[in-house]
Amino acid sequence: MNSKKSQKIAFIFLLLATLLIIVPVGLIIAIIIQKGLPGISWEFLSDIPRKGMRAGGIFPAIVGTLYLVSGAIIFALPIGLFSAIYLSEYAKDNFLTRIIKLAIVNLAGVPSVVYGLFGLALFVVFFKFGASILSGSLTLGIMILPLIITASREALESVPYSFREVSWSLGASKWQTIRNIVLPNAIPGILTGTILGLGRAAGETAPILFTVAAFYLPQLPRSIFNQAMALPYHLYVISTQVPNVDEKIRYGTALVLLTMVLFMNLIAVVIRYKFRKKKKW
Amino acid sequence: MDIKVSGLNLWYGDFHALKDVHALFCAKKITAIIGPSGCGKSTLLRVFNRMNDLVEGARIKGEVVIERENILDEDTDLVKLRKRVGMVFQRPNPFPLSVLENVIFGLKIHGLANKYEAEETAEQSLKSVLLWDELKDKLNKPALGLSLEQKQRLCIARLISVKPDILLMDEPCSALDPQATQRIEELMRELKTNYTIIIVTHNMQQAARVSDDTGFMLLGELVEFAKTEEIFTKPKDRRTEDYITGRYG
Repeated sequence: MNSKKSQKIAFIFLLLATLLIIVPVGLIIAIIIQKGLPGISWEFLSDIPRKGMRAGGIFPAIVGTLYLVSGAIIFALPIGLFSAIYLSEYAKDNFLTRIIKLAIVNLAGVPSVVYGLFGLALFVVFFKFGASILSGSLTLGIMILPLIITASREALESVPYSFREVSWSLGASKWQTIRNIVLPNAIPGILTGTILGLGRAAGETAPILFTVAAFYLPQLPRSIFNQAMALPYHLYVISTQVPNVDEKIRYGTALVLLTMVLFMNLIAVVIRYKFRKKKKW
Repeated sequence: MDIKVSGLNLWYGDFHALKDVHALFCAKKITAIIGPSGCGKSTLLRVFNRMNDLVEGARIKGEVVIERENILDEDTDLVKLRKRVGMVFQRPNPFPLSVLENVIFGLKIHGLANKYEAEETAEQSLKSVLLWDELKDKLNKPALGLSLEQKQRLCIARLISVKPDILLMDEPCSALDPQATQRIEELMRELKTNYTIIIVTHNMQQAARVSDDTGFMLLGELVEFAKTEEIFTKPKDRRTEDYITGRYG
């Protein structure tokens, strides 16, 4: 075979592989929009589920998911950010630090259902929070911690060392340098990671399965110790546990969830893009 | 303010980077430190503001006395020391902030000034590096948009605003073109009336042009330290002569 021919074949295979990735994603989105859009109405978004979830809306599930995501971030962002600052700015490069970093990377790969079981054992049972928004938020928070830590660490480490050096040479302490120079320049990266974490938290079913999710709860939660409905779990329930739910409602729910997650990812992309354009060092 | 160095030794792990250095850096003079790459000249400079503390495995022995105080003492107040001994780096490195915020960064860190005083100091600092006329209408513009020379001047202004006594310059012109270099050298001559200046340079012509005293370093040793004319016209040590006549470097 001559080189021109083999080059052409290679090109076709590479292109096909790439298209193969795009096609399913495109199809999923297209189908969900096509089947879900007719189900979307103001009533669908703002009403409680009725007639055993075969009619009405998904408002409690939307609110539940928003609560869970906010709770997860309130818990995970400070802890994640502080540990990222410690790891990138203070920790000496020794055996212990390397073990910690390795553990964090591995945590990101733990299946989400394992987090669910962990949350059940620790928060629901041991701390006696019961199945509640608090337990669910904490479980989701722990799940997205590695993501936030890794993104924050990368953001902090991408701030040039020379900035730190100048700041120290002007008599600034390590903490002053972090607060005045390092953090402000790392914020876009930290935000991006956080929002991606949010998207992940919003979409996961397994971690909330045992810790918070209510099968059917046609009212809004009144405190963080209440159970709540959540979009991913609601979608699972109406798709598999309740017979004869209209396709419109199922795909409508999927569309709302998808839109929420894609919207968050979009924000992350925009932030990153704006920052890249501004960055000049 | 003089800096008196005696019996200074420094190791990075097993590497003996500075070997028994003795020298007196005089106030209101420019002292140049020359020598080939890796001879320890930047390391020596970084002893004076204790920046070597940040390097893991660095050990140091000897005395560096500034105003009757051995700054190598364990209990030296590093914040105070670094306010007094400022440093200009090889690459102009303003922060990604506005011009004004850059100049008053030190004041802010040290909680020294209210807004009015800070602006006053900023003006004086920018004037002393001859940037005021160029930049007085651009104080709120990002500093990263300036030319390299302006950036380096701004970095010097940022230093001056905390009112140091000693300026350490680590190859301050190596990123600049010849005209800019010449103008920065003029600035150094002007500044030496108020500051003790120590400049590390690769460029022997620069050392000859701006400095009053010169030290030649080789492999961690301060081989010769004398008046600049003497070093360049009648060096006492064979190795100094070899270096300045270009036999190695």
